[in-house]
Amino acid sequence: MQCDDVDLLMPGLVDGTAPSAPEVDEHIASCLRCQAELVRYRRLLRALRLLRTRYLEPTPGLLADTLVSLEEAVERELARSARSRRIAYAAAIGGTAMTAAATAAVLIARSRRGPERLAG
Amino acid sequence: MDQAELIVAAQRGDRSAFDELVRQTFVDTFTLARRITGNEEDARDVVQEAYFRAWRGIGKFRGEAQFSTWMYRITANAATTHVKRRQRQRAEPLDEVAEPIDHRLEGQPAAMAESGAELDRLSDALDELPPKLRNVVVLKDVYDLPHEAIAEELGITVTAAKVRLHRARRKLRDVLEATGEVESRAV
Repeated sequence: MQCDDVDLLMPGLVDGTAPSAPEVDEHIASCLRCQAELVRYRRLLRALRLLRTRYLEPTPGLLADTLVSLEEAVERELARSARSRRIAYAAAIGGTAMTAAATAAVLIARSRRGPERLAG
Repeated sequence: MDQAELIVAAQRGDRSAFDELVRQTFVDTFTLARRITGNEEDARDVVQEAYFRAWRGIGKFRGEAQFSTWMYRITANAATTHVKRRQRQRAEPLDEVAEPIDHRLEGQPAAMAESGAELDRLSDALDELPPKLRNVVVLKDVYDLPHEAIAEELGITVTAAKVRLHRARRKLRDVLEATGEVESRAV
């Protein structure tokens, strides 16, 4: 067991997720360098956790800007979806009209062909 | 109205209720965005994007997690997307991991105590980390999100998240120790 091996295991050793290994424990117990590294690692993690409660102050006016930008984005999206609905509606009407016209054309054509066949 | 009531109202389309949720969570969301992006300007864009995504997705919020945790995940995702886009614009390869150099740090005690000034230095050192390392260490070590959630939000595997976390911690430790040595030599 070398110091580099222990270094790789450091995250698990610190949060307690590393499986218990006697050779690791023995190395650490006899290695001042690894003991110091463990202490430094724990201190770093403790300090990082403390950052959670250190809030960073937003620039004055950023909250108001965010609310305005949110409002604008929501309106843009509503306008976009209304436009999409209009296009879909127009397409549906157009499609229905074309289908009706085609059906009418077929019926007219059939009605014209009908008497000819009878006559033959 | 308490937060649960505001959420229900927002889910019914009440914009003023959602605005109140924005007010209640704003500093927290900004702080996370600022820590992940490393600068104020990008944090500003991320916060706006995150709240817009939250508004669009509020109907899917089921209350299994706290609203703040749900916002963290949205913010982390928005920040990661933003940082990637920024990197592409700056033509910096995503995999490039520059060595963190913090010229602003002036003197770091060899053994780091948790005084305000030292936390400020740690905060500065975080800003100097490459973005892909910084977001993992912020989400895991500062905000205590599980590896699985971090991997999901960043679009990487859990193993990759753990590897990045370890590298990030080592780099932070290196930065803090290096500045400590500068101080020792100066004394």
